[in-house]
Amino acid sequence: MTDNNNLIVYCELEDGKVADVSLELLTKGRELANRLGVKLEALVVGHNLDGVENQLFPYGADVVYKVDDALLYPYTTNPHSSVLINLFKEIKPQICLMGATCIGRDLGPRVSSALHSGLTADCTSLEIGDHTDPKTGKSYTDLLYQIRPAFGGNIVATIVNPECRPQMATVREGVMKKEIFDASHKGEVIDLDASKYVNPEDFVVEIIDRHIEKSKINIKGAPIIVAGGYGVGSKENFDLLFDLANVLGAEVGASRAAVDAGFTEHARQIGQTGVTVRPKLYIACGISGQIQHIAGMQESSIIISINNDPNAPINTIADYVITGNLEDIIPKLIKYYKKNSK
Amino acid sequence: MSLNIVVLAKQVPDTRNVGKDAMKEDGTINRAALPAIFNPEDLNALEQALQLKDANPGSTVTLLTMGLPRASEIIREAIYRGADTGIVLTDRTLGGADTLATSYSLAQAVRKMNDFDIILGGRQAIDGDTAQVGPQIAEKLGIPQVTYAEEILELKDGYVIVKRRLEHGVETVKAPLPCVVTVNGSAAECRPRNAQRVMKYKYAVSPSEKEKLSDELKALVEKRPYLNLNEWSAAYVEADPEQIGFAGSPTKVKAIENVVFTAKESRCLENNDDQIEDLIKELIANHTIG
Repeated sequence: MTDNNNLIVYCELEDGKVADVSLELLTKGRELANRLGVKLEALVVGHNLDGVENQLFPYGADVVYKVDDALLYPYTTNPHSSVLINLFKEIKPQICLMGATCIGRDLGPRVSSALHSGLTADCTSLEIGDHTDPKTGKSYTDLLYQIRPAFGGNIVATIVNPECRPQMATVREGVMKKEIFDASHKGEVIDLDASKYVNPEDFVVEIIDRHIEKSKINIKGAPIIVAGGYGVGSKENFDLLFDLANVLGAEVGASRAAVDAGFTEHARQIGQTGVTVRPKLYIACGISGQIQHIAGMQESSIIISINNDPNAPINTIADYVITGNLEDIIPKLIKYYKKNSK
Repeated sequence: MSLNIVVLAKQVPDTRNVGKDAMKEDGTINRAALPAIFNPEDLNALEQALQLKDANPGSTVTLLTMGLPRASEIIREAIYRGADTGIVLTDRTLGGADTLATSYSLAQAVRKMNDFDIILGGRQAIDGDTAQVGPQIAEKLGIPQVTYAEEILELKDGYVIVKRRLEHGVETVKAPLPCVVTVNGSAAECRPRNAQRVMKYKYAVSPSEKEKLSDELKALVEKRPYLNLNEWSAAYVEADPEQIGFAGSPTKVKAIENVVFTAKESRCLENNDDQIEDLIKELIANHTIG
């Protein structure tokens, strides 16, 4: 059975700008659509969407669906869910990708439940491949392999969705690479009438107040990251990391354990349940190196590990290992940086 | 106003201590082989439920969990902290369920319960980290959802006002009851066990646990109705066999791999001034810093 239906990406908007994660998914989606020989479609639901297609075409979108209505921005669950559910019944995409953001992780499960289609959260890799069901012996061609860590990152599972459509997956920001497909690529724009897809009774949840700030923390784009783990020991000790980061012009990151312990905020979390980073220098302080953390930073060009424990797992992937107390070592790094830099 | 509050919770393998025999051959998790804990964010949800109960005397907090029979352990834990009672939805036919089959099964259990005003649960469980079951239950029940909740600010006149913690900020929303609210780890921590409740409910057991008790304890449990926890089967909640367990799951695990990272040849430095200064000089020379 071959599936000629298309692949669609639900695109998020922030202040009229398409979110990076959506562009990353279009880049990945373009590759998968080419492999399948189908079209890449993008869906934007919101308000003031004039010209938004011009942000999407360069990333390879062949079709841009727009659903524009003042009530559809900011995002609320039921109206956006209705758009996806009703549109998908009509156009029957074989694959739907969305960002593993607060929006995608709120919307995806609602839509998958209504359509009885499988959804895999937080995929770290997406591929196309065949599958034979070990129980029934039935073969499937060109399924979406939804590859994700499971079990706290201790294993990687390949999930398939043999029978139900669309095959849905969410992916975190920074996991896929964003690349212009063709700056002059053009496609078709399809404006959809919001009232045909959304019911008045979908507007049940009312936003009373909203304080959204552009995050000042930009871990993903930082060329140097000073990251702390549980071994940093306290919120106060995290200040040492900030001191070093200030001197080096770096950003401060953290492991999940450090965030869970309340040493710093979640926006700084690096790893499978946080952000994936690829800086030129990664200084890991008091980070033991759980798999889920390493997966989010292993592509750093140079890794320095500062740890009391000479056998910390992270040391095996580090270029430089300094064994000792970070309270000692960080001030020395600061001192000699100041002495040697111009 | 007294409320019927349902708390969805999961007993999860402690993913911080995973051993080699954790996975079964079919790629599902061998939960029996692992230390099992109360999913952390479900405790945050329990706390929000207990605060609602505090503010609305006469309310009941019922913990609902799906899992192995031993999941009654987390019901006792919740009762020690202030919950009233609990239900374990347990059945061999529910095994191997993905999030959708799980949500369907739990939604069926909710339908079997008396009226409810609000369903609370953790944002996600640490074994899967999917955050899908809460919203999917809401969809199955046809009620609104509020995810990423950090605090329930107000509940009255058939509405709940919830502060949500998002990636880049905070949103306050008003949702009609009944609804599903999933609670973030950044919400208030759960209160500890209450010593008196531990004494009182020490022998609270599910029917399958009761079987294993001594005759003396069995008699005690029979005399005191509040020591009887509920254990429901798939048939009891009238679950469609096609929609539960492995068979009812649209997603299938194709393959499981252990994670192996390529080790690098590391240079080990002493914590002394010379070596650290040399490192800094090297990083400046190759333009990594500076």
